[in-house]
Amino acid sequence: MSYRIGIDIGSTTVKVVVLDEQNTLLFRSYERHYSKARERACETLRGLKDMLAGQDLQLLITGSAGLGVAKAAGLEFVQEVYATAAAVRTFIPGTDAVIELGGEDAKIIFFGNTLEERMNGSCAGGTGAFIDQMATLLNVTVDELDALSLKHEKIYPIASRCGVFAKSDIQPILNQGGRKEDVAASIFQAVVDQTVAGLTQGRELTGKIVFLGGPLHFLQGLRQRFVETLKLDEAHAVFPEDGDCFAAIGAALCTGDQATQSFETILDLLEHAASHGEPVDTMPPLFTSQGEYDEFAARHGSMSVPYVDLVSYSGDAYLGIDAGSTTTKMVLIDPDCNILYDFYHSNQGNPVSIVLPQLKDIYEKCGDRVTIKGAAVTGYGEDLIKNAFSCDIGLVETVAHLNAARHFTPDVDFIIDIGGQDMKCFKIRNGAVDSILLNEACSSGCGSFIETFAKALGYSIADFSKMGLFAKHPVNLGSRCTVFMNSSVKQAQKDGASVEDISAGLSISVVKNAIYKVIRAASADDLGKHIVVQGGTFLNDAVLRSFEQEIGRNVTRPTISGMMGAYGAALAAKEAGLERSALLSAQALETFTHTAKPATCKLCTNHCSLTVNRFDGGRRFISGNRCSRPLGQEKVDIPDLMKFKYDYLRTLQGTGEGDGSRGKIGIPFGLNMYENLPFWFKLFTALNFEVVLSPESTRRLYIKGQMTIPSDTVCYPAKLLHGHVTALLEEGVDTIFYPCMSYNFDEHLSDNHYNCPVVAYYPDLLGVNIPALNKINYLHPNLGIHRPKDFEKKGAAFLAEAFGIPKKESVKAIRAAYAAYDDFRLLVRRKGEEYIQWARDNGRKILVVAGRPYHMDPEINHGINDLITSFGFVLVTEDAVFHHMDKQPRTVLNQWTYHARMYNAARYVCTQPDMAFIQLVSFGCGVDAITTDELRSILEDNGELYTQLKIDDISNLGAVKIRIRSLMAALDARDKEGA
Amino acid sequence: MAELVYDSTGRLLFTEEMRKEYTILIPQMLPVHFGLFAKLLQRTGYNVAILNNEGRDVVDSGLKYVHNDACYPALLVIGQMIDAIQNGGYDPHKVALLITQTGGGCRASNYIHMLRKALKKAGLEYIPVLSLSFGLEKNPGFHWSVGLIRRLVYGIMYGDLIMNVANQIRPYEVNAGDTTAKVEWWLNELLDRFDRGKGMSRSQMRSILDEMCADFKTIPVAGEPKVRVGVVGEIYIKFSSLGNNRLEQFLLEEGAEPVVPGLTDFVIFKIYNRVSDIEMFGGSKAKYALCKFFMGYVEKCQGDMIAALEKAGFRAPGTFADLHKLVKGYLNDGVKMGEGWLLTAEMLELIHSGTPNIVCAQPFGCLPNHIVGKGMIRVLKDDYPDSNIVAVDYDPGATKINQENRIKLMLANARQLAGEEHAPAVNQ
Repeated sequence: MSYRIGIDIGSTTVKVVVLDEQNTLLFRSYERHYSKARERACETLRGLKDMLAGQDLQLLITGSAGLGVAKAAGLEFVQEVYATAAAVRTFIPGTDAVIELGGEDAKIIFFGNTLEERMNGSCAGGTGAFIDQMATLLNVTVDELDALSLKHEKIYPIASRCGVFAKSDIQPILNQGGRKEDVAASIFQAVVDQTVAGLTQGRELTGKIVFLGGPLHFLQGLRQRFVETLKLDEAHAVFPEDGDCFAAIGAALCTGDQATQSFETILDLLEHAASHGEPVDTMPPLFTSQGEYDEFAARHGSMSVPYVDLVSYSGDAYLGIDAGSTTTKMVLIDPDCNILYDFYHSNQGNPVSIVLPQLKDIYEKCGDRVTIKGAAVTGYGEDLIKNAFSCDIGLVETVAHLNAARHFTPDVDFIIDIGGQDMKCFKIRNGAVDSILLNEACSSGCGSFIETFAKALGYSIADFSKMGLFAKHPVNLGSRCTVFMNSSVKQAQKDGASVEDISAGLSISVVKNAIYKVIRAASADDLGKHIVVQGGTFLNDAVLRSFEQEIGRNVTRPTISGMMGAYGAALAAKEAGLERSALLSAQALETFTHTAKPATCKLCTNHCSLTVNRFDGGRRFISGNRCSRPLGQEKVDIPDLMKFKYDYLRTLQGTGEGDGSRGKIGIPFGLNMYENLPFWFKLFTALNFEVVLSPESTRRLYIKGQMTIPSDTVCYPAKLLHGHVTALLEEGVDTIFYPCMSYNFDEHLSDNHYNCPVVAYYPDLLGVNIPALNKINYLHPNLGIHRPKDFEKKGAAFLAEAFGIPKKESVKAIRAAYAAYDDFRLLVRRKGEEYIQWARDNGRKILVVAGRPYHMDPEINHGINDLITSFGFVLVTEDAVFHHMDKQPRTVLNQWTYHARMYNAARYVCTQPDMAFIQLVSFGCGVDAITTDELRSILEDNGELYTQLKIDDISNLGAVKIRIRSLMAALDARDKEGA
Repeated sequence: MAELVYDSTGRLLFTEEMRKEYTILIPQMLPVHFGLFAKLLQRTGYNVAILNNEGRDVVDSGLKYVHNDACYPALLVIGQMIDAIQNGGYDPHKVALLITQTGGGCRASNYIHMLRKALKKAGLEYIPVLSLSFGLEKNPGFHWSVGLIRRLVYGIMYGDLIMNVANQIRPYEVNAGDTTAKVEWWLNELLDRFDRGKGMSRSQMRSILDEMCADFKTIPVAGEPKVRVGVVGEIYIKFSSLGNNRLEQFLLEEGAEPVVPGLTDFVIFKIYNRVSDIEMFGGSKAKYALCKFFMGYVEKCQGDMIAALEKAGFRAPGTFADLHKLVKGYLNDGVKMGEGWLLTAEMLELIHSGTPNIVCAQPFGCLPNHIVGKGMIRVLKDDYPDSNIVAVDYDPGATKINQENRIKLMLANARQLAGEEHAPAVNQ
């Protein structure tokens, strides 16, 4: 009689199974290990003594954290996907694919002729850890999250790429009153999308699918989302009973002809496996002595604001509310700026229900002695709270923080605020916010990150961060994304680092991330001389200390560090000098009601996910909109060149001036087609083709092609192409034209005129990744329109080969195409001039929005242009102004056509007092790593502001709004200065 | 001390005086090849040092001084240089830096500018930077001569041959360390012979290549054939152990035989791009003829190397023309940025030569590799169901444990494909 044991050590759990010779499952367990994986496994095995003692045993270890344990114990290891496949083959024959979600990994295994596996690479988005994090964010347990999701009414689009991105999508939905039920289901949907988009990589998920792993075993809501998304019926969606420990079962099955060992030997090996990993990379301690810490604590303790007892105070008061991303802060001050009342609380998904009881409490404590003469609100939930409680002033966070910082350090020149999950840094020049650095959609290095870790290790955040203060050897965890940090922590634990060292290491990594990744400073002088640090995360002394150590300079941390936004808002309320505040009165609060309902705006193709908040007395607040139309107002009619260009390009379909007799030719409307379409349209219509343009980009269109995307880290504009081509195929077009182009038009403003690699070669990628393209005539030649003379020959040769068109006819069409393209460029310039004139006639400021041509696509820019014009700016694009400047040497290699345009446009803006500059950048755009720094230095060297808007596939405009509003505030301040 | 001279655009030049006084620092990528290159440059009158500093400090200086969205190789190469200057005991006023600049549409052509920005940020802007490129930037103190170029080409052939034979022998050597010792010996021997003026003509190279093959054959080997694993990818990450977390070492420890396509094809590829550009889009006939001639010359040398390997019974790589043929139907000739179609061609060649197990290594977010690496894996799988390719991303935050886990999965598959009895990747 011999038993086989499989142990699956995952990132968060240990699974142990025992099989007999007939593959009967004699024992199974599934337990969290809280980073003590080996100990947990030992304990479970010891509990099996009665069953196993004296038996001949075979044992295999598997799992992402199992390798280290196996190595240390001298036991055998099998890769977990491989093990899982073995179990599925044995127990569920006929399976076509397995979807397995674990604590930090997601996998798809395709069966068939040969086994094919996909694992999540460097991203843990869409895994159990992600679901845990999201539950924490909603302040519910994972089980409650599951229950909530089953009651959803609508699904919000949430970034499915990375858990961190998703978090920043969810927060605004919550802050603006979205229902938890809908958010819960949306979270699960994000997991599904992440798995499907990230892991199928061009292979379709069909047939009989087996779902494995803890989350899919326990969460009904998640199962539901998978089954619905993949359109599976019961026979094709298999959720096996022991789906949470299939890898362990598989490991037991894989033991093969392994030599048997006794129970005692195995247990002994496991118990005495010393963790002798590589030496841990450590750093110097934060504090070497208690005295050092005391001195530090005293220095920072002195930066405080006096408190005055509200119950005995009488007089005027001013209220400030900071409805932040994860916490709500409220401060009431007297005319001398002393604090009468303060409040700091996690907003648990609904800031309105947090603020309401506090307001009531304030009114009660105020009695008749105190008059609130002003109320100001800031933060993510600004609009909602302002509308809900009828506050007097709403102000952008950056300005609120500046107000507060200046109170402590009047000559402050740099502020860094690290909050729950956002980080804001800004430089102050001439008393105004000058350049803002935000952590774009990446919350690594923020408070909630440390908190999540503390919880995962079983500590409270306060205890956990204190543990790091006197750690002897803080672990060096690098300074990247949360998800990577998870793996780093895992590795450090494996290598025997203590919780103290990890705590200190996390604090240091938060700081390094801020300094090197977000701020990108090389030295303390890059920051400033008078630095104020604030935000809840800086209340953590370990973070504060490592910040000072890292930059080598003492900084100011007010004791009310966590409430600076609210304090700054209160100061703004005071400065407003109102006679009386419009804030809801104590009586009005008695009848206060609030309901939130989701809706989708159908007024344009943006299809914004709206949340309609209704309050008592008919007050209503709609959030999630980009323009003012759903609010019942007409859209402001401010000139917008992006929109003009887009509308113009959309007209370029059909037969044009030709007769269409040569048949239809499909052109996908994406990437460089936004630039080159006028050229190709003219070329083909002059040759009597009918041009069929793919439909406008939408989320739905994207999802159409999502299954065929091979690289999940490529930029969104490229990913959209899969949808465009698929849509053209669905329309039945049998010829699609999409040329590969290493080179762009040569505008003689740069040393060369390249396209980026993705734009240049995506047509080839589509050719081999969308199988249906094999069945039609997919033309993706390599063409060089940058050499017009040569192109007459080369282009004609291509047209002759593809369609048998006589050379003479082609050459004529090619010449017409060049002329049409030149006309288009001229049209854009003329229109730009017209808009600029309009702005000057109407006293409006002009925003030059620079980016790549495809950034005009509303699905890519998420309606940022509407948002910009709604703030009263006239919008022109870089290609309407760059021609004013000549070529000038740059400090970077200037060899891409689009880059050259942006550099010149930025230089032009510097010469125009009524223009400001904004750059749009897509996530994952490698070449924009070059342009962003260069543009910043062009503008800043000329005393201009540089604003960058990073855009993703998800339309969270929160950060965008902060930037645009801060830019407006800075422009106003500059005007005042000049006046 | 050399005077700092700038050109009209404000670029600091490497002067003749600096050539005499300064040491040119070169980041490490391929130890065998770069060792030879350094020696060749020294013989031509430059003081050269190859940087071998590694570890956290390198990554940290990279993070500190390079834009974080820049690709990982830039971060490592620049980090390595700055770390060496700051902590390597060099007199910062007596060094210059050499960095490659391919000039293509990939952002890698901007490394040199990132390096200059980084130097400025670090307060080291007085250090001249040399561009190793075909004519993008010129310096009075640095000249390409036909002789030097020819010798560098030979250096690549020696390097590729040594890498090839060493990789084929090392996994089977009876006495651990024999192969590495032999590589060391030959490296010194070659350098000695260079010093004596030998090995720097094609006929001498041919005979030395034969001699090397024969000598490596003398290393005692034993054991069953191991699972072969091809390594392709972005050039720096593919070759540099600093970049790929000692990938070759890991594969060896896992009981696999690494197969690493050499540098020669990349060099020919980069020359060929100039040829094909003119063929496809038009351009200068003189440039065309020159590039075509140079390409033909390197191809001939490659032929010599392949012949030597074949003659000695080693597994030899295909010629550039073979690779080019293989990739037809997958990517067109215009796909030239980064590793371009060559990367896909290398995967195809590996599959065709019985190495269907492949690690495709790239920096996280590498633009060309979206197309030529990850973008092609699916279709390769369709066309060659036995192909077993794992794409691994490298970046400062990615941990070794995750990378290794993915590679282990590929190895487990490989073993099954190879029909080994004991399927699990046993780890002892």
